[in-house]
Amino acid sequence: MGYVAIKGGEKAIDGAADALEALRGGGQPSGPDPLSLDAIEHQLRLLTSRIMSEGGLYHPKLAALAIKQMQGDTLEAGFALRAYRSTRPRLLETPPQDTGQMRLIRRISSAFKDIPGGQMLGPTHDYALRLMRFELAEESPEPFRKMAAQFLQNAPTDTLPDSFPKVLDALRKEGLLPPKPAHRNPAFDITRDPLIFPVSRSAALATMARAETGSMLAIAYSNMRGYGDVHPTVAELRVGYLPVMLPHPVTGELTEAGEVLMTECEVIAMYEPDDTDTGKDAAPEFTLGYGACFGHNETKAISMAILDRALQKGMHDGPANASEDPEFVLMHIDGVDSMGFANHYKMPHYVTFQSDMDRLRATRSKHQERGQDQQEVSHESEL
Amino acid sequence: MNPNYKLPAAQDSYSFGFLDEFAKREIRRVILKAISIPGYQTPYASREMPMGRGFGTGGLQLTLAMIGPDDTLKVIDQGSDDSVNAVNLRKFAELTCPGVSTTESTADASLIQTRHRVPETALREDQVLNLQVPYPDPLVIVEPSEARRKVMHGEGDYARLLTKLYEDLVQFDEITISHRYPTRVNGHYVIDPSPIPRYDVPRLHQAKALMLFGAGREKKIYAVPPYTDAEPLVFDDIPFRTENFHTADGKRRPCARCGATDSFLDELNLETGGKAWQCSDTDYCNRQLAAANDREVTP
Repeated sequence: MGYVAIKGGEKAIDGAADALEALRGGGQPSGPDPLSLDAIEHQLRLLTSRIMSEGGLYHPKLAALAIKQMQGDTLEAGFALRAYRSTRPRLLETPPQDTGQMRLIRRISSAFKDIPGGQMLGPTHDYALRLMRFELAEESPEPFRKMAAQFLQNAPTDTLPDSFPKVLDALRKEGLLPPKPAHRNPAFDITRDPLIFPVSRSAALATMARAETGSMLAIAYSNMRGYGDVHPTVAELRVGYLPVMLPHPVTGELTEAGEVLMTECEVIAMYEPDDTDTGKDAAPEFTLGYGACFGHNETKAISMAILDRALQKGMHDGPANASEDPEFVLMHIDGVDSMGFANHYKMPHYVTFQSDMDRLRATRSKHQERGQDQQEVSHESEL
Repeated sequence: MNPNYKLPAAQDSYSFGFLDEFAKREIRRVILKAISIPGYQTPYASREMPMGRGFGTGGLQLTLAMIGPDDTLKVIDQGSDDSVNAVNLRKFAELTCPGVSTTESTADASLIQTRHRVPETALREDQVLNLQVPYPDPLVIVEPSEARRKVMHGEGDYARLLTKLYEDLVQFDEITISHRYPTRVNGHYVIDPSPIPRYDVPRLHQAKALMLFGAGREKKIYAVPPYTDAEPLVFDDIPFRTENFHTADGKRRPCARCGATDSFLDELNLETGGKAWQCSDTDYCNRQLAAANDREVTP
């Protein structure tokens, strides 16, 4: 009787790493130059955005490196960034930041034709025709490098304010929205505490802010299509650079430490019959959903805002749909968790499968015995 | 971002055991709680590790939080030290825990990290076994909501699990749970003992070594402390049955390599056609083989 060798794992792993690296090289000696991080960060800026938000770390250079290293796999790149982040200590608790101070590159409202400060379409694919631009296939570097400078030359600088008022503030003034809560609970840090249900809205928002875009879109879309009824109106969607205000190490005074590119979305949903929160006699108000993430990622911010609204409803009334169930939504939107587990099925499962076969063989032999018994019984009755 | 910022040329060194000291402290506290409440799934924050969720990040966090320079670590997957994932985890421990020695010998290890097996060699009081756990909750097969399962555990309400076992008997004349067999610890909490085969479940009962279970993705740690009852969930009149390694005529199959008839066997499909059975625990197999060779040399 033969047997198999029990060595070889280490060699196999080394070989796999070499093969992976060879493919990163493009396979041909006359192939293209290695990707520069600068090219990834700027020319694949939406990909970089996505990796930063799913990795939960604002670091465009490291995000670009992760994209390069993982050969463009968004899940792997987000994962690498997250694993790097998890080795860093938490230095301080960030105070709440004021997105009203964002230096905007884009802001729109679908609720009002005109908004204080005006609609500003900015860089978006929304109204671009998705026709292949074949001239990009062979681009000469000269005009390519001049594009940004030319654009800025022609842009009116003097008429643009530094920041824009928030659309929601106007609605709040009219009393159509609930006022901002006077008391703010401390933020829930999902990197330091596990989710134990029921969880706070803060924990839900933090989980969604670094969730995988596609996973969140899928669940939000289920709500949009009818497994739920948020029916959102985008009060405001803004993209821009948020000044990060941190306490000064010496004086404790809030000081601008830098800025981060962010996407923020606020949706308004139809009002709920008011019951417990503000008393029976209070006038009905619109409800809100909030979404925000690192980088420029509008699909994610909108999905998050819709899910925030759906989850608030679920937390209040009990979930009527999957998208309103905090445990269902929050436990299934993390890219690191879900892709890790999907891929773990490729690992050896010899022992468990041996055990599975044992059970199947045992039940089959019982099944056979039972069949024979039944046959005997039926023979007897025929006689 | 500052346009002049440059990434460092190389990774600055990692802390001993990769995790920062805050993370280690949290995990150690959670381990103490898990030992104090045998079988209770203690939540913890669970850091992202540089290997996939589902590849042993829970077991690894246990190991890295506990390990010190004087420890001897053994890592196995499917009973084997040289399985790809075991190699990967061991290399990572070697990289991030300078001074720690690693071994393939069960007897020489102070700390053993394992996936899917409890070693054949009986463990001692001075050893700790860290098991990697994909699903920490045995109730997940009857109740998807964690919030509801938590209440069921608290109330010791395992009726639906017992009903599932009963339904198996009605439908198949056999309990069909093959691995991850629900096991009651210290008379209260029922645990998922991780995907070990039923063959290994009796090894948890009144074991001399501390058995820790780490689920990284699901963020739970639980324990079967030494000398604690761990009993598979069964009915009084239906015995618990481990995997059957007997031939059709009732003979116990021996390992094709070392000849042992008292170990869990892997079933192999040979290139020549036909099957062979071989120890899944490679350290045990090597030992049996060495002992057999010794007997041949000195008859």
